[in-house]
Amino acid sequence: MNFLSKEKGLLSWLLTGDHKRIAILYLVSITFFFFIGGALAGLIRLELLTPQSDLMATDTYNKVFTMHGIIMIFFFLVPSVPATLGNFFIPMMIGAKDLALPKINLLSWYLYMVAGTLGLYTMMTGGVDTGWTFTTPLSTHYVNTNVLTTGIAVFIAGFSSIFTGLNFIVTIHKMRAPGMTWFRLPLFVWSNYAASILMVLGTPVLAIAIVLVALERTIGIGVFDPTKGGDPLLFQHLFWFYSHPAVYIMILPGMGVISETVSTFSRKRVFGYTAVAFSSVAIAVFGFFVWAHHMFIMGISNYSTLIFSLLTMLVAVPSAIKIFNWSFTLYKGSITFETPMMYTFGFMGLFTIGGLTGVFLGTSGTDIHLTETYFIVAHFHFVMVGGMLMAFLAGVHYWWPKMTGRMYPEKISQLAALVTFIGFNFTFFPQFVLGTLGMPRRYASYPPEFQILNVFSTAGATILGLGYLLPILYLTWSLKYGEIAGNNPWQATGLEWQTQSPPLTENFPEIPIMDHEAYDYDWLDGQKEKEVASVG
Amino acid sequence: MSDSQVQVIAQPAEAHVHEHPPYQRHHFETYAQQNDATNFAMWLFLLTEIMFFGGLFTAYLIYRNWFYAAFVAGSHQLSIPLGGVNTLLLIVSSFTMAMGVWCAEMRKKGALVLCLSLTLLLGLGFLGIKTIEYGEKIEKHHVPGFHYSLQSFLDPSSDEAAKAAGDKPLPLDMARHTEVYFSLYFAMTGMHALHMIIGVSILAFMIVRAQAGAYTTGHVTYVENFGLYWHFVDIVWIFLFPLLYLISRH
Amino acid sequence: MTEHIEKPIDHESPEVHEREHHIVSPKIYVMILLVLLVGTAITVWASYVDLGEWHVAPGLNVFWNPVVALAIACTKATFVVLFFMHVKYGTKLTKLTIGAGVFTFLILVGMTMADYFSRAWGRW
Repeated sequence: MNFLSKEKGLLSWLLTGDHKRIAILYLVSITFFFFIGGALAGLIRLELLTPQSDLMATDTYNKVFTMHGIIMIFFFLVPSVPATLGNFFIPMMIGAKDLALPKINLLSWYLYMVAGTLGLYTMMTGGVDTGWTFTTPLSTHYVNTNVLTTGIAVFIAGFSSIFTGLNFIVTIHKMRAPGMTWFRLPLFVWSNYAASILMVLGTPVLAIAIVLVALERTIGIGVFDPTKGGDPLLFQHLFWFYSHPAVYIMILPGMGVISETVSTFSRKRVFGYTAVAFSSVAIAVFGFFVWAHHMFIMGISNYSTLIFSLLTMLVAVPSAIKIFNWSFTLYKGSITFETPMMYTFGFMGLFTIGGLTGVFLGTSGTDIHLTETYFIVAHFHFVMVGGMLMAFLAGVHYWWPKMTGRMYPEKISQLAALVTFIGFNFTFFPQFVLGTLGMPRRYASYPPEFQILNVFSTAGATILGLGYLLPILYLTWSLKYGEIAGNNPWQATGLEWQTQSPPLTENFPEIPIMDHEAYDYDWLDGQKEKEVASVG
Repeated sequence: MSDSQVQVIAQPAEAHVHEHPPYQRHHFETYAQQNDATNFAMWLFLLTEIMFFGGLFTAYLIYRNWFYAAFVAGSHQLSIPLGGVNTLLLIVSSFTMAMGVWCAEMRKKGALVLCLSLTLLLGLGFLGIKTIEYGEKIEKHHVPGFHYSLQSFLDPSSDEAAKAAGDKPLPLDMARHTEVYFSLYFAMTGMHALHMIIGVSILAFMIVRAQAGAYTTGHVTYVENFGLYWHFVDIVWIFLFPLLYLISRH
Repeated sequence: MTEHIEKPIDHESPEVHEREHHIVSPKIYVMILLVLLVGTAITVWASYVDLGEWHVAPGLNVFWNPVVALAIACTKATFVVLFFMHVKYGTKLTKLTIGAGVFTFLILVGMTMADYFSRAWGRW
């Protein structure tokens, strides 16, 4: 008897309050949207094989990259780890029976589905071509595409995100098991907590920005309209006030996964637990102070440029602290190369590169040359795809046995990780070079001398796509034919590994009592000895 | 942190067989935990509202600074008596709502229904006056995007409110900027009114439930949390009133 | 191995019960109502009086009218939060939460306005 088998039937899934079932619902939905976003990426790369805009008209190309961005950011990356792995495991990691607000959790998924459906409808009825950044006055006055419906879809998706974050904050504060103090929490919980603060405080500002754009488009309320004295840059301030913290909403949960996998697969507690925990919160706090580094060339004052550039340097520090601490965790650890660990190594290398290039972009002097080029595209794909998506895959592979009770075939999954890593580097590394050479982003055509690097990039994208397709195949296969996983196939610490796979609906037969520190492998070994002794 | 004191189940798992009140959900160990959690959740939701209105206040502060003369002229078009009465209505409704929470805590059903009903009426009164104000704006063509008229600002003597306030004529470009003032006026008061409408609707539902005795059994959470929402909407108006209505009346 | 589990909070004990379910008396509510009404009257009155300005530096004046209006509004809001919303009798967590919200709001307003103000300062 487990949470999957306890009740059957479609309605028991659609009306569930069980955080684990909601997590699975999310997992299926975000995978679906990921592949749509991926198909759009495929179209972009196909177009960019040749210097001319010959596969599609430039207007169509604008729609393709816009929808790619919107779907990947709002319908994949933002909910990816929190709504799937976070939903599933935060209650288990803290020793609770469910999240604090199960109905709100379900509502969050329904809002996501409504938003996603609206987004798909938008795509099918002409799309939107403003870029995912909806810059005014283009989005308010100069395009005839579905800005309004897309804005509404993003607004609703924002609420979905807010409710998830709100739920996590309440749960982590109020529902920890006896003995589970803040500094015994797994670092995955700390990271999601920090991301949740960003979701709750940042998303509403995006919401109001969208509302004002919608009002300006429909009934002429013109706070961004220069002809009435409005300032288009105000939209960008409001938009980026959310969208910069949004990148931390996206990466922090992934960093949480890495903390877990790096510890389990080097069989060593995370180096500097407190530093990693506090750096998660520091990233969240500092993340609110740097948004205008997206606006250096847009007309903000020189003094603002100076301040925001300086603050951007500061926000890199907590991220770097995490990388150092994960590296020190590996040192003298007992490292094994299971699939989650391969993705983890991929993350550490690629996120470091992506993060460093972020520092080049935060320096306003270099940013004015690199912004709006492919350097930016490469930067954010390194952190988001090389970083976050790898972390997501690491997490899915790490916790797959716990969620489904099945192991996946190890060799093919390791191969897929390798293929992904190779494909990723081929796709996005040339884009750094293209950016420094001056190829602008969001252009369907480019000077012919850039073609060879673009061809490399597209070739890499094909390999990358294969790397993402493989997990769909073997993970689905494993549901029926995979080896049965026990409670703790990785010999990991953490409360979620001390119970059955898949878990009971109420997670634990009785509320556990936390009497040891996080990542305490000695305690785990002690438990094993007790088990062996009691059987023998 | 003080909340690292942990709320622990009083009995071991086996003895825990429906010994909790019917309004306590199963995933909570104690009713106090549930109450704490939902209260905290409501506060977090109010945080999102602070940031939502925050964007509007940001826009307001920037444009007031840039187009002060236009904002003065626009503000003089609003009626202080009507705005003042609305402020009083909301403040009293906050009082009646707080009293409602007290009634629920003291389990006085009739008094609770009375307090909630008064709150509802005061809220409706506010919306009624708002409708009148909006009507005036529509008549005078001060709605951005709908045949917006600069007449009152280019020639104050043709407009009662402007004349009463002793306004001088504005230069053309500054007169155009009054449209930004009214954009913000409608966006901010409109968003506020939308929140009032939602609040009033929930109140109506709550009055029915209160009459049925749902909130006087010791389970005051709904009333308390709705009270937080209502007070928040009141606080937004406490800021909107001076910022929109009281710009430079001397 | 000693097990460090905190002593459970007995929610039925009188002291804990009293702290957790502090019921604010209607007398306090009436007082706060009066404070709010008086505050409203003062703010309307003050808007009709020219309160002058403070010349901080050439070209930089602080006009007192809006400062007073905002100060009164903040005071009224504080009373609503502390008493009508029970925050005075609430947990530290609630106070921290409100603080976080106000802080983020101030960052949004403050840093955005800093950009707009500093544009007028021209280049270096």
